[in-house]
Amino acid sequence: MSRRVIIGVFEREEDLLHATAAARDEGLDIVDVFSPYVVHGLDRAMGLRPSRLPWVCFLLGLLGATGILLFQFWTTSVGWPINVGGKPWNSLPAFIPATFEMMVLLGGVGTVVAFIWSAGLRPWHNRSRPALADLGVTDDRFALAIGETGVAFDHARVRALLSRFRPASIEDRAEEEVA
Amino acid sequence: MIPPPPMRDAVADAAIAGGLPVASLIAGNKSPADVTRDVCRALDAKPSGLWWLGLGLSGSALLLGVVAVSYQMATGIGTWGLNSTVGWAFDITNFVFWIGIGHAGTLISAILFLLRQRWRTSVNRAAEAMTLFAVMCAGLFPLIHMGRPWLAFWMLPYPNTRGSLWINFRSPLIWDFFAISTYFTISAVFWYIGLLPDLATIRDRMRASHETDRNARGTDAHDNTTYDNTAYDNTAYVVSGFSRTRMRIFDWLSLGWNGSYRTWHRYEVVYLLLAALATPLVLSVHSIVSMDFATALVPGWHTTIFPPYFVAGAIFSGMAMVLTLMLVARKTMRIEDYITARHVDAMCRLVILTSGIVGLAYATELFTAFYSGNQYEQSAFVNRVVGPLAWGYWVMVGCNVLVPQLFWFAGVRRSFLMVFIISLFINVGMWFERFIIIVSSLERGFLPSSWASYSPTSIEIATLIGSFGLFFTCFLLFCRFVPVIAMAEIKAVLGKAR
Repeated sequence: MSRRVIIGVFEREEDLLHATAAARDEGLDIVDVFSPYVVHGLDRAMGLRPSRLPWVCFLLGLLGATGILLFQFWTTSVGWPINVGGKPWNSLPAFIPATFEMMVLLGGVGTVVAFIWSAGLRPWHNRSRPALADLGVTDDRFALAIGETGVAFDHARVRALLSRFRPASIEDRAEEEVA
Repeated sequence: MIPPPPMRDAVADAAIAGGLPVASLIAGNKSPADVTRDVCRALDAKPSGLWWLGLGLSGSALLLGVVAVSYQMATGIGTWGLNSTVGWAFDITNFVFWIGIGHAGTLISAILFLLRQRWRTSVNRAAEAMTLFAVMCAGLFPLIHMGRPWLAFWMLPYPNTRGSLWINFRSPLIWDFFAISTYFTISAVFWYIGLLPDLATIRDRMRASHETDRNARGTDAHDNTTYDNTAYDNTAYVVSGFSRTRMRIFDWLSLGWNGSYRTWHRYEVVYLLLAALATPLVLSVHSIVSMDFATALVPGWHTTIFPPYFVAGAIFSGMAMVLTLMLVARKTMRIEDYITARHVDAMCRLVILTSGIVGLAYATELFTAFYSGNQYEQSAFVNRVVGPLAWGYWVMVGCNVLVPQLFWFAGVRRSFLMVFIISLFINVGMWFERFIIIVSSLERGFLPSSWASYSPTSIEIATLIGSFGLFFTCFLLFCRFVPVIAMAEIKAVLGKAR
């Protein structure tokens, strides 16, 4: 089912911030906000929860470190122990560099993969869903998309609300074009 | 329409009220749209004659390197000037030199990000690219030193038919393998993630100009539904093959980025996490490289000062290379407003700091040798200072410790020509540092009967020239096809003072 959304396009980040905060105070459904760069404080204005990606990073880093540490121990003292310069089978200090590197490698690459997956970044979405590119949100414009849902929604009132924050334009679109 | 008052005024007013100096990071009072236009101009325009000249020169150097390496692979590393006393020389010098160059890129992209140094935004994209290319060059040298590089995969700990005989995890050379491959991967990923929003900006610009073209040809482009799967295929005219391919590539590489703040929100977290991981990583990489030497018993190598000494030297040499590249790029790419005297000044200050650390390390080495009372250590350093390679030692001290002191003078830091010349001196000096550490120590070991001397062959010199060719070819291609300045980051700091 296709929902309609109303989009306010702004030229200044402060206007966007204030409009988003106002829309949230009114209890409107903020579908998304679009900006060409990170606008500080917008996450609070939108009421976004902190990302759980640090946990992904921590757990994968831990997995990388313990995995390679156990593997090094196994290869040098169980799999095929070889006497290298009289060093002990379990040469723990010598295992630290590879352990550290694998922690960083798995933690870093894993976090990026998790980010791409969780943010829904898919190369094949480009053609069918370019979203608000035509409004310049990857260049210099900011856009606030409000879903036309809920009993509180009143088209004229939302337009009036957006108009208070010096919008460059206000448009109506179907949600598929935005999501 | 009357443009709204620029937001930077509020920041400037607050700074004046607070008695702070007002100095904008970016010259010329730019708007976000100006940033997009200025940075993309280099990608839209036909490359200049200077660019073609540079590509021709670096391409020829690369070709020379390919010929030298092919000959060396076919014949064996007997084509090098190594002997049974000096088993490491030119090749390992080049390896350490290039890996050091890479470190400044990570310093700028990760460490300065964590320290909230906003000036980094103008140079981080190019510095990270420099890191990638430098690590590529570095990785080649141990590879060709193997003599049989096609067996390089033996470095990986995979179950094999030889036992399984596992790799020796106690060896610093294996640590190196893990460090360099992790460093390259994380740098590449960090760079790509930073590039994502800009790739989307370019994609949308291409789309927009495509639409304008279509408008000009009388096709109806006002309908928003033109963005569908067949948008490129049902056009009434022929888009040139090159631009069509370019459009498709940017379509795929930008991963459907649409500026959604829900994505930006996660993106910020990922960027911070990668910076936090890359910071200890960069320190570990050159520490591990230094352990290739420090864990050996050779006098002149076997010292505990090596890890911090190597890391400082790496950042020092890398900063010099960033200055060299940036001063050329800002002129040739016409980005003078983005890389300003302030950026150059900040980098010069970092050069003085790291030069000081390197100078202190040289002095500490000499003092420790003297104070240790160990005759082997003492003779190694006497040999370094007045021995057969003393000229190289003094080139190193002159270029790395004495010449950078000129940066104490503000006038020198403001003269781009002087900065450029000094940065070249440092590049030379840091190459000699590695050469002196490696060769002067090996030439005079514990046993006088096996003392020998080393001089490079034409094949080795051609390989070094080839690595410079690879580095500059990659950098020139980067300048042509990728935005050299992180547009999304610059837009966020526009008008912000300091």
